[in-house]
Amino acid sequence: MSQPLPVEFKHVTKRFGDSQPVLSDITLSAYPYEFVSIIGPSGCGKSTLLRLIAGLTSLSEGQLTVFGHPTTQEAGDLSFVFQEPTLLPWLTVRRNIEVMLRLRHTPAALRRDRSHQMLELVGLADFADSYPRQLSGGQKMRVSLARALTLQPSLLLLDEPFGALDEMTRDRLNEELLAIHKRQKWTAFFVTHSVAEAVFLSDRVIVLAANPGRIVHEIPIDLPGPRTAGTRHSSAYLKLVADVSRLLRSAESLATPPAV
Amino acid sequence: MSRRLLTIFLPVCIGVLMIGLWYGLRLHVLAPDQRFLLPAPDAILRALFEKGPELWSATVNTAIGALWGFGAAVALSFAFALALSVSPLVRASFYPYLMVLQLTPIIVLAPILILWVGPGLKSVVIVTFLICFFPLVVNTTQGLISTDRNLVELFRMGRASRFQEIFLLRVPASLPYFFTGLRIAAILAPIGAITGDVYAGNSAGGQGGLGFLTIIYGAQFQLPALFATAAVGCLLGFVFAGAVIGLSWLALHHWHDSYQRKDL
Repeated sequence: MSQPLPVEFKHVTKRFGDSQPVLSDITLSAYPYEFVSIIGPSGCGKSTLLRLIAGLTSLSEGQLTVFGHPTTQEAGDLSFVFQEPTLLPWLTVRRNIEVMLRLRHTPAALRRDRSHQMLELVGLADFADSYPRQLSGGQKMRVSLARALTLQPSLLLLDEPFGALDEMTRDRLNEELLAIHKRQKWTAFFVTHSVAEAVFLSDRVIVLAANPGRIVHEIPIDLPGPRTAGTRHSSAYLKLVADVSRLLRSAESLATPPAV
Repeated sequence: MSRRLLTIFLPVCIGVLMIGLWYGLRLHVLAPDQRFLLPAPDAILRALFEKGPELWSATVNTAIGALWGFGAAVALSFAFALALSVSPLVRASFYPYLMVLQLTPIIVLAPILILWVGPGLKSVVIVTFLICFFPLVVNTTQGLISTDRNLVELFRMGRASRFQEIFLLRVPASLPYFFTGLRIAAILAPIGAITGDVYAGNSAGGQGGLGFLTIIYGAQFQLPALFATAAVGCLLGFVFAGAVIGLSWLALHHWHDSYQRKDL
């Protein structure tokens, strides 16, 4: 293999303690610059999947590599966007965006440059000196995204980042995220509850079933042309949303109640 | 009347009312031979001026003792809280002894301190320290271990060093807790210094504090002077508390919810 894949799961199982596995026999790869969404009923281990990639938790069986390295080692640059904005409330927006660079002792001038670019990118240049509590939920999430992007990651992990936002804000942020993805090449793993969001953003949607968490469907999303707000009205998009919804429902009915 | 003016006007009204009640109690409830028990506010004010020089020097002595004890407690409690925040095991090991420190009655310690370091400033500082230390350690430790789990994971993923995690994340996140402890300690510090002065103060000329004056005035039944001493001690407490509230505002008002203006 010439180029290691951004993410490669080979028969990965994850269990906490001796209980039933949370994730069972996961085999899944992501290709460079691919946008992969993970969708499934609650308790299917979606978030655990991301946390495995991020090295926040360790796997029980199988093999998982990120850019060819086991996750316990220094992987390529990956960034994580949490469900919550997870900002440091005592820092201004600019300093929040710079915090990951600060941890790496990036020189102040370079930090300034990078945060300036990111503020422009997410449309918050006017809020550079505001504190997080002065921002709306959508703005906080933008800061969180900007912070993740300052590291110029090759792999971006997003754990239901827009789940708490109202639909209009979520739609707009989805469009912005895609626009950014187009300009900066990274591979994305995106966990969500929303079928519409998954279809709109992804090159591929993975459907998980619960008890134990396992992959039951993989749906390639071939939507023609650049995706914009108008894409949501196209028949191809609506059909895919209907298909994925149906598969998700079938995955939900697959879940066997845990043996007690 | 605007709300702002009301918040000044109403407390003043209550104050005037209470002084009126005070005079009323003195003149209409207490028999003439009991009135010395409750000196009139004007008599207290007169005592305040008559005893001005000695009250002032005693206040300065007490303030110095309180400040040293408080300062030492802040510095050492912070270092100690950092150590305690390392692991639950460390906390479990030290907490019982921390309790011992707090639960030991100061009055019993006083003669021991006198024998160890002699009466005077050193004893006063130690007593103040002992009184301030506990609330500071407990609050700061709680703050250091209550950091948002997601933020800790963010730092871990950013491969933050232990040092960065503590000083860029845990310490700033603990500030609201630290200031809670600091407010309690600031109010206790002058009380601690006066208590220390009562039991282990120095009676040599010019070295006594407010506690020493309390003993003298008490022995001489100088009630107006005692009330004046109480007022000065109270005032010292206000100065300490005010300074800490100011510091807390400086450190937190930009970002902490406790300073959020609700009417924005």
